[in-house]
Amino acid sequence: MKRGRLAAVLPPIVFGILFLAAWELFVVARDIKPYLLPKPSAIWGQFHGNFTFIRKATQVTGTNALIGLLLGVVLGSAIAFAASRFKLLNELISPMAIAVSAMPIIVLVAIFNDLFVITSEIPRRLMVAVVVFFLVFINVSKGLTQADATQLELMRSYGAGEADIIRKVRVPHALEFFFVALRQAAPLAVVTAFVSEYFGGLQNGLGSRISQSIANSRDAAGWAYVVGACLLGLAFFLLSIALERIAMPWKVRRSSS
Amino acid sequence: MSDFAVDVAGVSMVFNNGRPNQVRAIDDVSLTVRSGEFVSLIGPSGCGKSTMLRLIANLIEPTSGSITVNGKPAAQARLDGDYGMAFQQAGLFEWRSVARNVELPLELKSWDRAKRRERALEMLRLVKLDEFADHYPWELSGGMQQRVAIARALSFSPGLLLMDEPFGALDEMTREHMQTELIRICAETGCSVVFVTHSIPEAVYLSDRVIVMSPRPGRIAAIVEVDLGKRSEDTREATDFFNKVTEVREALRGFEHTDRVISVDDR
Amino acid sequence: MGDRQASRARMRARARRVVMFALALLLVCAGWELYKMVGPEAGGKIFGAQLLPKSENRAMPHVWDMVQRFGRPEQRGSSRTVGQAVAEGAWYTFRLASVGLLLGVLVGMGLAILMARFRVVERGLLPWLIVSQTVPLIALAPLVVSWGGRLHIGGFTWQRWMSVSVIAAFLAFFPIAIGALRGLTSPPAAAVELLASYAAPWSATLFKLRLPAAVPYLMPALRLAANAAVIGTIVAEISTGLKGGIGRLVLEYMREATGDPAKVFTAVVGASVLGLVMAGLVGLLDNYVSRNRRREATI
Repeated sequence: MKRGRLAAVLPPIVFGILFLAAWELFVVARDIKPYLLPKPSAIWGQFHGNFTFIRKATQVTGTNALIGLLLGVVLGSAIAFAASRFKLLNELISPMAIAVSAMPIIVLVAIFNDLFVITSEIPRRLMVAVVVFFLVFINVSKGLTQADATQLELMRSYGAGEADIIRKVRVPHALEFFFVALRQAAPLAVVTAFVSEYFGGLQNGLGSRISQSIANSRDAAGWAYVVGACLLGLAFFLLSIALERIAMPWKVRRSSS
Repeated sequence: MSDFAVDVAGVSMVFNNGRPNQVRAIDDVSLTVRSGEFVSLIGPSGCGKSTMLRLIANLIEPTSGSITVNGKPAAQARLDGDYGMAFQQAGLFEWRSVARNVELPLELKSWDRAKRRERALEMLRLVKLDEFADHYPWELSGGMQQRVAIARALSFSPGLLLMDEPFGALDEMTREHMQTELIRICAETGCSVVFVTHSIPEAVYLSDRVIVMSPRPGRIAAIVEVDLGKRSEDTREATDFFNKVTEVREALRGFEHTDRVISVDDR
Repeated sequence: MGDRQASRARMRARARRVVMFALALLLVCAGWELYKMVGPEAGGKIFGAQLLPKSENRAMPHVWDMVQRFGRPEQRGSSRTVGQAVAEGAWYTFRLASVGLLLGVLVGMGLAILMARFRVVERGLLPWLIVSQTVPLIALAPLVVSWGGRLHIGGFTWQRWMSVSVIAAFLAFFPIAIGALRGLTSPPAAAVELLASYAAPWSATLFKLRLPAAVPYLMPALRLAANAAVIGTIVAEISTGLKGGIGRLVLEYMREATGDPAKVFTAVVGASVLGLVMAGLVGLLDNYVSRNRRREATI
């Protein structure tokens, strides 16, 4: 058992270390200027030095992402439940959801910025909520409507009512799809919160800090903020996986994602 | 061309050799298949008959012993295309038409397009499916798909057919019909056949000899000669047929009374 | 159900979905106008937080004003209409996104084939590919621009738009790589054994078995990749300041919104239509490629 774990983790770690080492050597050997590609060691130095700023910016972006994520998840699930119950609602929302998933809805931030005051964080949080909403809605709806035919027949043979069937069969099934959506939505929330900052408004989050650093030729600092963004995204992702493990302990994860 | 289509000499097969989950699937098996002969391998689940077939097909290498196909080592026979194979799932490629499925091995052997098409149609005529040449597999029934798989296996006229429970997924009536067809096809092409099956009546109906294998580790428990002459619809109801079926069944039953534990080699 | 009956039923279902979509759109517009009537002009507070949007015309133009704006000139005294400007911008972005998508498909397929061939590559590379998607490369867009600026091979100079396409490719390659890998490794053991029995080399197995088997996995992946390419292009345009595309237009019109509130909506609509067109093209490709395959249940 232990050997299997080690064998799985070792190759990527080796790849990663080799990659970082090659990067450092490449920059040093070819004497690459920092504005082109900073050394990993320089980035680490900046990360250390600017830690308070990085932490603050991460908090801002993280809070926006989190609020939007919660809102989107709650609304998406609730409306998915409602839609599974009321066919008309489903017929109205589903085609819209499918169309929206093909569009670059990130551009809606431009509209949100005009609807609220310039110093508001609402546009970004709303944007994250919208993006997450559609993702969660589509997946949870799928989970609620698809259910094992054999299990449904079994429930009917027990004389179970619609409410029971929903609780005992559809919801656990939907739970699986919910977490599929959450796994994607969590890092997506971070990226959306991040990208929303490019459209103007308050410039206190990671996105704006990165562009500012690069614009001021402080590339290593910019990369340090990027590392912060990666860590934030990773944290959200791990959190969603942890939640999944807690909620569905019976699921044994197979080898690949 | 030697007298024997297949010559298996002292073959053993051990999986995961040396590791704690080592399994001796086949233990010192020797058998021969004469040219033009139809031989069935039958035995309880896990007796190694499918493994034996894959050894002959050189899809795996034996741990010990040697296998000669068409007078050559099995590996060479595979490279030269001396046998055709059919599995329980017809395994047709759903994105190719029926004819193009039959053409697949010919494409791999770089036949030119016109010749391939001609041979594919010829094979489809043999299995009586030439009308469906440009249809797609999902439009055909299970039995028809298996016939296409057999046409594909014969497309480059190998002298040997290796078949792993090809009719196992079909219903009883289709199965009997396919057995009759297979006998006709073999008579027309003169090929030798090694046929793995679970069904005693099927083995007896089709074969010249039925080789009964013991549970793991697989050994040859008995060889039953089947001399029922030319098969027909009446054969299945003849007394001789029932007697042979009983003979094979008793050979298989022999294992139930021994205190054998299907064990894994301990090291 | 007979074949013809089935396809007619499918068309009816599709038509119904389109009608429902139009109806939903209408309801959204109705909701918009309703809020304009009852909502607070300068925005409002709920629980002490400024949560309600402004309903005045400068923030929320009437739906009809938005539609009309397409036909009027872009700037005061400009020669082309907003509609033309948006169409040109969308066309520019479409071309950039297509290049990015193509690049992403090539890289994604290449990586997938490598990973399918060598298990050690899959085990070492795949986790990093997954991690790579958590890096908001969008952030590094300006860096990609400056790298490109220093690239001189022969007479070839790096154009700014290429950086944008590269970023789109980065977002697009991942779903392709994952989908292709799953598809390439999907054939059952019996099919692989069949080809082994023909002594077929790995390349023959790749072209005759694995690639065709991968198509049903590639098509959904391509939809995701196309969507990612469009989003990546638009956002990269904004973060690199590239002119000519719809991303730039959205930003510009947003900045002019205090004086000209309806314009930004036209750009947003243009971007959305671009996304739909891209999805539609992928859908057509899917239909063509899967024409002989058995129809799976569609959404």
